Amino acid sequence: MIKVSHVTHRIGGATILSDVSVELAAGGVTALIGPNGAGKSTLLSLIARLIPLQSGSITVDDLTIGACPSDVLARKLAILPQSADAAPRLTVRDLVSFGRYPYHKGRGTEEDAQIVAQTLHRFGLNDLAGRQLDTLSGGQRQRAQVAMIHAQSTDYVLLDEPLNNLDIAASRSLMRMLRALGRTVVIVLHDINYASSYADQIVAMKDGRIHAVGTPADVVTEDLLADVFGTRATVHQIDGRPLVQV
Amino acid sequence: MLRVFWAAFALLILCLLSLGVGVIDLTADAKAWQVLVISRVPRTIAVLITGAGLAICGAIMQMLVRNRFVEPMTSGTGQGAALGILLVTLFAPQASIFVKMVLASATALGSSLGFLAIVRRLPPTQPLLVPLVGIIYGGIIGAGVTYVAFQADLLQYIDVWMNGEFSGVLQGRYELLWVAAIVAAASYFAADQFAIVGMGRVASVNLGLNYGQVVLIGLVAISVVTALTVVTVGMIPFVGLVVPNIISRLYGENLRTTLPVTAFTGAAFVLASDILGRLLRYPYEIPVGTVFGIIGTGVFLWLLYVPRRHVP
Ligand SMILES: Nc1ncnc2c1ncn2[C@@H]1O[C@H](COP(=O)(O)OP(=O)(O)OP(=O)(O)O)[C@@H](O)[C@H]1O
Ligand SMILES: [Mg+2]
Repeated sequence: MIKVSHVTHRIGGATILSDVSVELAAGGVTALIGPNGAGKSTLLSLIARLIPLQSGSITVDDLTIGACPSDVLARKLAILPQSADAAPRLTVRDLVSFGRYPYHKGRGTEEDAQIVAQTLHRFGLNDLAGRQLDTLSGGQRQRAQVAMIHAQSTDYVLLDEPLNNLDIAASRSLMRMLRALGRTVVIVLHDINYASSYADQIVAMKDGRIHAVGTPADVVTEDLLADVFGTRATVHQIDGRPLVQV
Repeated sequence: MLRVFWAAFALLILCLLSLGVGVIDLTADAKAWQVLVISRVPRTIAVLITGAGLAICGAIMQMLVRNRFVEPMTSGTGQGAALGILLVTLFAPQASIFVKMVLASATALGSSLGFLAIVRRLPPTQPLLVPLVGIIYGGIIGAGVTYVAFQADLLQYIDVWMNGEFSGVLQGRYELLWVAAIVAAASYFAADQFAIVGMGRVASVNLGLNYGQVVLIGLVAISVVTALTVVTVGMIPFVGLVVPNIISRLYGENLRTTLPVTAFTGAAFVLASDILGRLLRYPYEIPVGTVFGIIGTGVFLWLLYVPRRHVP
């Protein structure tokens, strides 16, 4: 379980997160939704120790962020940031192999090679394995990046808008795969319908605060969308899942 | 495998040429053996180490700074080393070569850290600012060194370090370069770490890498190799820029596989340039940096205009 307690984050004079407390249950998919600038990426970055915690505390299972060694956390939790940095000139296989670095810190073992091969296969990257990242399309590169996170074999996976650049088939297959992983997935999504269709739990954020936490049926309502996003949209119920008419 | 064989063969030919080319005709002179041992062999070794070392430094620096257009000799590291040598010459002229080397490495490191601190403040959306700032930064330090040298009437002295060339390399006066060779070779052990740092801070932290520590180790390696090169043969620009760019275009940036190729190519290119420099205006010499600048830039431009291959 990821437990965020009383986290406040300020940059300059601005308060980015104010007294955020939330528990993200182990297992299953949690979707983080909210308007641009709500603080979703900041919250993920804090959980993944990418930026130092200013106040409050965060624990991931028995590990305390800020106190536990970075390389220990790297075997427990992986993050795919929102805008992955400019593509390095690595092949897809090299990139996915680096996902194993937290385990071997150098030359990989036979087991590492096997996990890399399985990951490439699972993500349909076999044909692209030898290609340099900077020669791939945006969506293909995104898939390779998610594959690297997958190869990291962590219990917790944080993904910041991983569906950017992905077509509908790739988006759906990624979401299904994330569900099938059996790991704890926290994912920032802008498309509420993906959140509603694939998430077990939705956390809605606004202005640096948690606005609502619950199942898709609880959270995705016309009132909440009006509150959080400031837009009125019709919500239909289909097979017990709410769907937003866009 | 065959390619490796041909490459090694080509380098061997270059080495033999380098041993054979010079003002003294080896076949006619009774002291040929002495000429070889005292001058030609040291020179050839110095060229090989310098070429390989500077190419490796460039490749590592480009990872640390995350910019393909920087290299130590044009971004302050080399100028920092020259500053160190100047300080030793001014304040402790009797100091041993070892002291000189340590101080030059330290000032090179300080100057590299300064460059990195500036680069971190530049907007990431403007990658070309980085090399420009590097050139200005290096230029300012270089100008400072020249000014102080001018005041102290050391201009001729300083010229030896600012414009590198190999004609002064003799037995007993180049051996420090072996330290540079060892440091450059040792950096290979951190090839994976440098490659990960090249993916950015966030990716590094995600993989549990101690980002700051790896960057510092890289900078120390770069500074030591650069400083030793400046102390023994002087500044040679462009090698660290052109060679890693050629290799990264052809083979990518997984340093574990590319660093050896980078080192080899650096050594071969600089050796070829040095031989050409000795032959073109025989019996006079053209400085190796000038020759390399022309050849290297030509190859680089050509590479920029051929489309990238998909499959490595
Ligand atoms: N380094 C920074 N300096 C100043 N302000 C920042 C910085 N990082 C984030 N912010 C501000 O913090 C707020 C929250 O940013 P954050 O990236 O967490 O939002 P988000 O919910 O992920 O938005 P989006 O959906 O657009 O990705 C924004 O108002 C942003 O401008
Ligand atoms: Mg965001």
